[in-house]
Amino acid sequence: MTPQDRAAVAALCAERAGLRVDPDKEYLLENRLGPVARREGFGALSDMLQAMRDRGDERLAWATVEAMSPAETAFFRHPPSLEQAVAQALADFAGRREGQTLRIWVAACGAGQEVYSVAMLLDELAPAGVTIDLCASDLSERRLEKARSGVYSQFEVQRGLPAQRLVRHFEKRDDSFVVAQRIRQMVRWRRVNLLEDLSPFGPFDLVLCRNVLGGLLEPARMRVLGNLTETMAEDGRLVLGAGDVVPGLTAHEQDLGRAADPRAA
Amino acid sequence: MKTCLVVDDSRVIRKVARRILEDLGFEVAEAADGADALAWCATAMPDAILLDWNMPGMTGLEVLRRLRREPGGDVPRVVFCTVENELDRIREALALGANEYIMKPFDGDIVAGKLAMAGAL
Repeated sequence: MTPQDRAAVAALCAERAGLRVDPDKEYLLENRLGPVARREGFGALSDMLQAMRDRGDERLAWATVEAMSPAETAFFRHPPSLEQAVAQALADFAGRREGQTLRIWVAACGAGQEVYSVAMLLDELAPAGVTIDLCASDLSERRLEKARSGVYSQFEVQRGLPAQRLVRHFEKRDDSFVVAQRIRQMVRWRRVNLLEDLSPFGPFDLVLCRNVLGGLLEPARMRVLGNLTETMAEDGRLVLGAGDVVPGLTAHEQDLGRAADPRAA
Repeated sequence: MKTCLVVDDSRVIRKVARRILEDLGFEVAEAADGADALAWCATAMPDAILLDWNMPGMTGLEVLRRLRREPGGDVPRVVFCTVENELDRIREALALGANEYIMKPFDGDIVAGKLAMAGAL
């Protein structure tokens, strides 16, 4: 990739999704975008970038942005904060009148490990009769497709997932492990760009958006945080990750973020 | 310093596991079969055991069964580390008192994560 190519990709990612992409990290860019070029039938990555420029190809542009968005994920990341957030949401909900729904959103769910971790906790902890609406979203349609399938490799199910939960919530299919249908059908999926207007989406009692804001440029970070708070119920809680430090948070937003990952404190 | 006993009939696996465990701060002992492992435990119970399933003489499952009957045999956190990857096998190991389960091949992150889940770190 030429320095111009790398700068163009970084600018595209910033414009479309607010992503912070370092144009000096040539290896990372080629590592993420090389498979996209091959999948799209280009002999070389530079050919794909050229075609994207010449044709103004939107699909290629989004495939590039999606490939550069953070994909690192595992089951039960920082289990104490996850378990605390879910248990607290259930406890807050316990006092409500009958007929109401506990609404939870896992924003930027990646390949699904985070939302399935939440679903497993709800399956284990929620009292019978509680109606739950569990939503998951991601910028990448490809990652959502993988998440929806609930199929994980042996390597993936050994990252963060205790063996007790593996045998309780998964089935074996050939060499893969599949999230049990009981857990899969708890989740509603949707492609969402967190930079867009999210106000029709919600209100949620609990929003988990861990380790997302830290990967965004400063203006996008504040905009996403504002968008997230728009989707929250009056007494809703927002859980951020350890690296999601948000300078200049307003008092209202800090109040909404009071359940934020304690490791971020 | 915590101790970990690596029980595996493969010298290569023992060597790889030793390197990972030493990086995690364990003092490491090795046993090439079940009888040797139980002899180690009779002398001094380790804090953790990384236990293979298929070994000549005695299976890892039998080692675990016998270990848990010994005085102090409930102390070591036992993490299976095996090519057996069927869910029924994992259930069997957990029912007998295994604390965690690693399916080979593994890397340092998986070993560290599973030892932490087992309460051995």
